[in-house]
Amino acid sequence: MMRRREGASIGGKIFDVFNYTLLTVLTICTLYPLIYVLFASLSEPTLYMQHSGILWKPLHFNFNAYRLVFENPMIIRGYLNTFIVLAGGLVLNIILTAFGAYALSRKGLRYRKQLMLFIVFTMFFNGGLIPLYFTVKGLGLTNTLWSLIIPQAISAFNLIIMRTAFEAVPDSLEESAKIDGANEFVILFRIMIPLCMPVMAVMLLYYGVSHWNSWFNAMIYVQDRSLYPLQLVLRELLLLNDASSMATGASGGEVAVIGETLKHATIIVATVPILFVYPFLQKYFVKGAMIGAIKG
Amino acid sequence: MAKHPSQVQHTTLLPAARTKILGRWGLLKDIRKNPWLYIMLTPVLLYFTVFNYYPMYGALIAFKDFSPRLGIMGSPWVGWEHFESFFQGIYFWRVIKNTLLISFYELVFGFPAPLILALLLNEVRKTVFKRTVQTLTYMPHFISLVVVCGIIKEFTMSDGIINDLLSFFGWERVSLLLESEYFRTIFISSGIWQNIGWGTIIYLAALSGIDQEQYEAARMDGASRWKQMHHVTLPGILPTIIILFILEMGRIMNVGGEKIILLYNPSIYDTADVISSYVYRMGLQEFDYSFGSAVGLFNSAINFTLVICSNWLSRKMNNTSLW
Repeated sequence: MMRRREGASIGGKIFDVFNYTLLTVLTICTLYPLIYVLFASLSEPTLYMQHSGILWKPLHFNFNAYRLVFENPMIIRGYLNTFIVLAGGLVLNIILTAFGAYALSRKGLRYRKQLMLFIVFTMFFNGGLIPLYFTVKGLGLTNTLWSLIIPQAISAFNLIIMRTAFEAVPDSLEESAKIDGANEFVILFRIMIPLCMPVMAVMLLYYGVSHWNSWFNAMIYVQDRSLYPLQLVLRELLLLNDASSMATGASGGEVAVIGETLKHATIIVATVPILFVYPFLQKYFVKGAMIGAIKG
Repeated sequence: MAKHPSQVQHTTLLPAARTKILGRWGLLKDIRKNPWLYIMLTPVLLYFTVFNYYPMYGALIAFKDFSPRLGIMGSPWVGWEHFESFFQGIYFWRVIKNTLLISFYELVFGFPAPLILALLLNEVRKTVFKRTVQTLTYMPHFISLVVVCGIIKEFTMSDGIINDLLSFFGWERVSLLLESEYFRTIFISSGIWQNIGWGTIIYLAALSGIDQEQYEAARMDGASRWKQMHHVTLPGILPTIIILFILEMGRIMNVGGEKIILLYNPSIYDTADVISSYVYRMGLQEFDYSFGSAVGLFNSAINFTLVICSNWLSRKMNNTSLW
């Protein structure tokens, strides 16, 4: 994209200065909320309470709030539950989506068009929240971690993306594998998936992010607090005014004061893992956004 | 009266009946030829049947007085009663108005924001600077909704940073999330903050697809950068803008309830309560299952119609559609 070397005109220069300044300010504005939360989490609670306005640096830098966050059994439990759901969910997601995508990418499949319609229709019409709730309940999944895995096993949207990728693999590869005696399972796992690794990575990210962010399903399906995934724990701590239950180690008087920095530390603890891996995955995310955009 | 099989054999099969039987044979033959393909397909179809089609059948409870004890079939029919009481209820216009207004502001402010950012980024020639801005503005997109709402709540409290800053200008401190007049502003602006960077991806892709020779030609004719943007850049990405806009229009009655449920409270229901949050509250918090299902079904039907229409429109105008 090396082009337009015409910026020599005065108007162009003024525009450039304006543009770079605006973009810099905008980027700072986007980032500052996160920086503020970070500084607040590293501050001394009493000083932070008295402070008003912009934070330029942590007030009396310390890690006390983080110590308390990691002493909170609910947060550890939440992380654990989220990882169980992520691990189990992703295995099921990838296998089932690949099954459906592969079968539907075979041109010889009977009733292929009708089957596609059967799946695509679910993207545009649904029976609603309450019938779904009773379906999950009727299957006996409520109040287990399965309720966060099985009802989310396949996304029709992801299935279509994966099917498009499989369709692009040349038929000749499949035919020669068949001559060698390979069945469809072998073809899927030995040829299709390895050839479509970038799309598989995008699928892992899409499903992974949706499991990580999900809280609503857990709220309606899970009552047992020891099964809460991280996001639901966070909702209790950050949004339901439940700071007192957080500071397990602190005495009554300290709770209200430390609660403030504690919330900020919790936000950081819940966000850093994602922001840390994100730059390495950005390439796949962008690729995914492009595929998604093309398909709809 | 069904014919006895022996009779069928003697009569000549109609062509339609013949293909049907042959088709069935074909399917069986196909299953025997590629058993694995059908083994793969089975759990997938089962999944969609159980978690998508069975709930559609379950939506029948919108026309019944459902009690979990009696089950879907056992509960008594009441016809359109729940729909009527929703349409005549005092909250009908409130949730419709709130849903439409939030969508409208989303379209007016949320929709152009990434487009403008993409146009500004497109004028940047220093690749490193451009990359940095992109990477940093994508970031909020990856923060989970619960955490974003947690941040919003912290910032909008009466002793939060937003009140701190406004109080410099003589503003009286209020807890912003408890005042219904600020809810839409908070909702829309936090949405822009979270998604402005991410939304640029598609526009930047469209921008990189514009033929560079057009810029060349425009420059030859002495077009300024403003003119180039007006006459080359914008027309080049107009199809993308139109498609995204039409698809957005198809979602105007489909405001996601999750962020609203995280942020709202009874004192701001009059601006914050939308259809999906109302369905959740009536159905699963107040256990009025049938009424909640009726409202949900009403919304699903409208969303379906809108998506079909917007898709039809997009196909008409651009030859591009979802299917």
